[in-house]
Amino acid sequence: MIAPAKPELVTVNIDGKEIAVPKGMNVIEAARQVGVDVPHYCYHPKLTIVGNCRMCLIEMGLPAVDPATKAPVMDPATGKQKINWIPRPQIGCATNASAGLHIRTQTPQVKDCREGVMEFLLINHPLDCPICDQAGECKLQEQSTGYGRGYSRFIEQKNVKPKRTLLGPRVMLDDERCILCSRCIRFSKEIAKDDVLGFIDRGSYSTLTCYPGKKLENNYSLNTVDICPVGALTSTDFRFKMRVWFLKQTNSIDPESSVGANTVAWSREGVIYRLTPRRNDEVNDTWMADSGRVLYKAVTAADRLTAVKVNGADSALDIAVHAAGELFKSAAGAVAIVGSGRSTVEEQFLTKKLATALSASTHLVSRVGQGDKILVSADRNPNVRGALVTGLIPALPTAQLAALGTAIDAGQVKTVVSVGEDLFAAGLNATQLAKVAVIYLGTHANATSGTAKVVLPTLTVFEKSGTFVNQQFRLQKFLKVVPGVSGATDDLVVLSKLVAATGGAAPSDLNPLWKALSAEVPALGTVTFANLPETGLLLDATPWAALSFVEGETLHFKPAAQAAVVTA
Amino acid sequence: MFDFFFNLNPVIQGLIKGLAVILVIFPLAGACSLAERKVSAWMQGRPGPNRAIVPWFAYVPFLGRFLQRLGVFHLMADGAKFLFKEEPVPGHVNKLYFVLAPALAMMPAFTTVTVVPFGAYFDGAGHAIPLVLANVDVGLLAVFAVSSLGVYSLILAGWASNSKYPFLGSVRASAQLISYELSMTLSVVPVFLWINAPGTPGTMSLAKVVEFQSLPGFWGGTWFIFLMPLSAAIFLISLFAETNRQPFDMPESESDLVGGFHTEYGAFKWSLFFVAEYSHMLVGSGVFTLLFLGGWNPLPWLPLADFVAWLHSLGGAAFVVHPLFVGVLSIALFLGKVLVVIFFFMWVRWTVPRFRYDQVMKLGWQKLLPLAIANLIFYALAIAWVQTR
Amino acid sequence: MAIIPLERKPLSLAERTYLPAILSGLKTTFARLLRPIETMEYPEQRPAIPPGYRGVPTLVKDPNGREKCVSCQLCEFVCPPKAIRITPGEIPADAPTAQVEKAPQAFEIDMLRCIYCGLCQEVCPEEAIFLQNQYSMSGYTRAEMVNHKDRLYELGGTLPDPHLKWDKKKAAAEHGNTH
Ligand code: SF4
Ligand code: SF4
Ligand code: SF4
Ligand code: FES
Repeated sequence: MIAPAKPELVTVNIDGKEIAVPKGMNVIEAARQVGVDVPHYCYHPKLTIVGNCRMCLIEMGLPAVDPATKAPVMDPATGKQKINWIPRPQIGCATNASAGLHIRTQTPQVKDCREGVMEFLLINHPLDCPICDQAGECKLQEQSTGYGRGYSRFIEQKNVKPKRTLLGPRVMLDDERCILCSRCIRFSKEIAKDDVLGFIDRGSYSTLTCYPGKKLENNYSLNTVDICPVGALTSTDFRFKMRVWFLKQTNSIDPESSVGANTVAWSREGVIYRLTPRRNDEVNDTWMADSGRVLYKAVTAADRLTAVKVNGADSALDIAVHAAGELFKSAAGAVAIVGSGRSTVEEQFLTKKLATALSASTHLVSRVGQGDKILVSADRNPNVRGALVTGLIPALPTAQLAALGTAIDAGQVKTVVSVGEDLFAAGLNATQLAKVAVIYLGTHANATSGTAKVVLPTLTVFEKSGTFVNQQFRLQKFLKVVPGVSGATDDLVVLSKLVAATGGAAPSDLNPLWKALSAEVPALGTVTFANLPETGLLLDATPWAALSFVEGETLHFKPAAQAAVVTA
Repeated sequence: MFDFFFNLNPVIQGLIKGLAVILVIFPLAGACSLAERKVSAWMQGRPGPNRAIVPWFAYVPFLGRFLQRLGVFHLMADGAKFLFKEEPVPGHVNKLYFVLAPALAMMPAFTTVTVVPFGAYFDGAGHAIPLVLANVDVGLLAVFAVSSLGVYSLILAGWASNSKYPFLGSVRASAQLISYELSMTLSVVPVFLWINAPGTPGTMSLAKVVEFQSLPGFWGGTWFIFLMPLSAAIFLISLFAETNRQPFDMPESESDLVGGFHTEYGAFKWSLFFVAEYSHMLVGSGVFTLLFLGGWNPLPWLPLADFVAWLHSLGGAAFVVHPLFVGVLSIALFLGKVLVVIFFFMWVRWTVPRFRYDQVMKLGWQKLLPLAIANLIFYALAIAWVQTR
Repeated sequence: MAIIPLERKPLSLAERTYLPAILSGLKTTFARLLRPIETMEYPEQRPAIPPGYRGVPTLVKDPNGREKCVSCQLCEFVCPPKAIRITPGEIPADAPTAQVEKAPQAFEIDMLRCIYCGLCQEVCPEEAIFLQNQYSMSGYTRAEMVNHKDRLYELGGTLPDPHLKWDKKKAAAEHGNTH
């Protein structure tokens, strides 16, 4: 549904409060604007309306008009136009705002309705909150506190339904808990475009199930777990790992592609337990891909680099930086820097500073995959545009470092600084790499870190704060979720030390760094890290309009007309 | 046997006597501390120390168990602990005086013992010969003179400790001791006025006081506690103050001064203070017994001599008049009384709460001292009246 | 509330000497001296634990030997000094109590932290944790003072269960009121 450019505003009256809302707005949303909560289960702002849970019942009325003359009928008692209240309650989710609409959400009738719905919902509910992963963020629990009876009048046997059904590799279904809201079905159909879920049987035997022979295994299946208002759908990864009330929520960004889906990382005492999407209507709505949800495991991966190494032997940061400085000196004018599209804007800025100080050539490795037209784009680097904005690279990167290889072969490069890029994977061969001294900054071990002269362990996205520029040229920030593993140092600190080793100076703290950034990078203007909005800031993309980016269409993103065809 | 002893070199005699004092006072002080713990426990409905036992001793039927319940082995354990545990000397103290103070505390405590008679026997002529290590004529004066030196060790300990609480404790101690010494001395003057009748050779001997309480007749056999109850009361109260016993434990005052003058002390040095305090108490009780409770006489109006004669007439055995038996009997009687007085000390300690410091001073200077002076004047006049009649 | 000034009665002469008071005090303490001892001699004599006593928190099993805790972690959440630490775990689908689905993998109570408040017992929805009669905990190291799951079950033993709700659940499933 594309909103009209200039929505027509209508005045509605909700619990006595007048408010102007766009015509046609959902009553639940309109009520939210005046601070009135209309309880609901099946309604989801990003899905179609079905109105099957009946929790959002409200009283509704319209101004009375004389059927014959269409003249307003006045109420002599109040001197205002009379309101014709509909005697039966209406569902709020399927009621749209129209001029003069009156809504009452706090009347005894509405309360009765809500309590009635709750009692019916709980008749067959297994009440296994103690073993339910949704406990603490369950809508059923929430509404029970407001409208629950506190005890059950149901004396018959409860329904027993299957409790451990695997709908797909990542989603587990507990049928007893399902309240048949159909959110998961609508999501699969409308957003994931993979219509595998549906209800079978009738009445209290209704059961959610997969289409025979199919599985809920698309890359967006875990969103059903997020939107399931109860604990019916749970994530096999997060299942029984930790109760949500222990978890601290930190805003983060999905680094798997240039979409930059907004996420929340849930951690307890320095351990991340899960990643969930964060609503950003301009980027990812309320969704994210399953593939992005497991990235937190990289933090504790076995191949994390945790020791500074010089010539293969354990060392200390300052010694290693000194060694790097010596390498820079001995290879004066023959240094190449391989930056990264996975680095943050700040890191790319410092990388650029390092390159300037060493008058080194800069390179970037592109990573291109298949875009899925939803929330994973073709460009699998989250921050190629950051490198453009900071001026680290002038043009789009290539997947292979052919130019660098040629330069090495010609003996023009003696030292290579790699910021987290595996040079072997980027097309350099062993003979070429044997000719140069490699300084490697990175989080995980790979072939390059194995052969590098100097290895400087750095932090993953979840252990530092920073910003990415996504495919829309939207500058988005993420925050440090957990403290960095011992032995690894913040990339910014390492880079600023390297800059210092060349005789220059660069700040390593975000705030002073952002002062320098906004002063030196024209596109960033007056931005500071602190004042960057949660939903991100759209940068002016015109300087790069001529480049043909690899991304195809995804949710909320249309490539510019001259964009190249998506490469395979 | 006695001859052998008296024929020894006086120096060796002195050494033996000194050793005897140490050997008696130390265990007695220990026993007192045990008694203190037991008495306080019983008064508070507790069993008190009753756990420690020497391993094989547990097998002795009845006795082993009895001594264990009595806590006797705690005493031994405590003693051993004091000897063997580490001696801490804080860094900020004045080492020489810090070590000197406890040693100094022992000296008056032991010295006074020598002039306190603790029994008597009769020679062939029926004269009572007091048992005393040094039968000096100045008697009580010596006790007062020497025991007031005890305060020096307290002052020294407090000063040498070089910290606030000990210093406050020792300042309080000196003030308190000086205040009560006056009333104490004044309170015993009537006794000596009484025994030093005009014409007789003057004496301050404690044995003489007992002798006076063993005279025949109603007035003669009366213990001075009946004759001069106010003197006895003032003396007793001052004695509490002089020995730093509750309710006058200003120098220690655990509740406000941590431990007072001995806050910085531990192990053996601390135990020396402890023993000194108990031996002060022992000597004080002994002096009180001699002055007011008839010394070694078994009952008022029943002097030791009469008692022995009565025993002789009863049993008839000759040994009862033997000086050795009489000596032992008198010592037992005397010690019994002393122990009763000491029990009274403990009894009061676990009954009466501590005085505040200003109350202590007020009591000493504004109540006891005028009372003692009035008492002295009254008895001086009364004795003058009686004796010149 | 009105303030009523009370005139103190002036002390009589006898009272001012304190002696009558001291004497009556002496009488009291002496009477005490003769009374039987009231102290309990602890390791040999043990106090009778009244019902509702809050001793060491323990985990209990139901009469069928099922561990009752489902690792809901509510006790961990409520515990004021954060003495409880639970690692939740899953009951395999082929276990006899598979219907319970969840059980603690590890359950630790740090008795150096526990303040015996009883909130864990109060909050437990499964009646699985009880503060029972055990009142004395000692150990030589900090690690020894942490009660692990096995020890907690050993201390807790089995308690009667008036509900047996999980058994009923299994019975219902077997009875077949499924679709
Ligand atoms: S599984 Fe959850 S989301 Fe799906 S219908 Fe049931 S309650 Fe709704
Ligand atoms: S008794 Fe209180 S402090 Fe102890 S474990 Fe339970 S909740 Fe925690
Ligand atoms: S509250 Fe009860 S069921 Fe939940 S974890 Fe604690 S002991 Fe287990
Ligand atoms: S939210 Fe309106 S019917 Fe479910």
